[in-house]
Amino acid sequence: MNVRILSALAVVLSGALFGFGLALSTMIKPEVVLSFLRFNDFGLLLVLGGALAVALITYQSVPRLLKRALLNGSFAQRPTAALKNTLIGSALFGVGWGICGVCPGPAIAGLGAGNWPLAITVVAMLLGAYVQGRFARVN
Amino acid sequence: MDISTLFPAGMAHYVVGGLLIGTGVSVLFIFTGQVGGMSGVFSAVWSYVSRLPYFQQAQFTATRRWRLLYALGLIVGAAVWLLLNRADPIITHIPWWQLALGGFIGGYGARLGNGCTSGHGICGLASLNSYSLLAVLVFLATAIVTAHVVSALGGA
Repeated sequence: MNVRILSALAVVLSGALFGFGLALSTMIKPEVVLSFLRFNDFGLLLVLGGALAVALITYQSVPRLLKRALLNGSFAQRPTAALKNTLIGSALFGVGWGICGVCPGPAIAGLGAGNWPLAITVVAMLLGAYVQGRFARVN
Repeated sequence: MDISTLFPAGMAHYVVGGLLIGTGVSVLFIFTGQVGGMSGVFSAVWSYVSRLPYFQQAQFTATRRWRLLYALGLIVGAAVWLLLNRADPIITHIPWWQLALGGFIGGYGARLGNGCTSGHGICGLASLNSYSLLAVLVFLATAIVTAHVVSALGGA
């Protein structure tokens, strides 16, 4: 198998682990997310903490141990938006999240567990992303 | 105070789920070097259909393929969970207008701020990015306030 196919499989596997985790932790139920935001169940913090702990170890240690990623390429850095856009965008993202209890990962993963109304959110997020790009400045 | 009152549904499934999510992010990074937030796919797919210069930037055209596969993986993983669990499909009772309005505002905001709960909350914090820490504090604050307001107004 060539590297291209192997890396496609690795990406699907990583997404599947992510999606399985979102389903197991019930984050694909907007009701559970909203009950966190209303201080009735703090489980979301355990999910975030668990995920962050593993990712932190990986991101901080792997680039020191390996020169390149196992299948291809160098280790990417997250691009950052300007401070103003980070603040305004995040504030709006929180408002949207607080209205529906769904963020991008669970919106997509929920479809796999039969939560079909989340397709409404997926389409709405696509439209929101389009409007953002339509009016964004390109350098 | 009894800690179990903070977690009326139990704790284990939250912790194990979180560890699996972190493992998924790690597998992506170790094998392909990519940093896997989720909101990027919502902009990247537009690069297939829109000629707007914004969507034709390399950050979307060069990542759209793996981002779509990553999203496909999310669906596969949740479907595997459903099959293993032999559970009934989970169907939310949140009204459609909340799903639509929240999705639109959240999608716009996540892309403007270049990240969501996974992009800033997991990947950004794990990269020790100070903007991501700010982003997380800001979106947690506005989400908590909004969820309380929606509840007070009689929303689900």
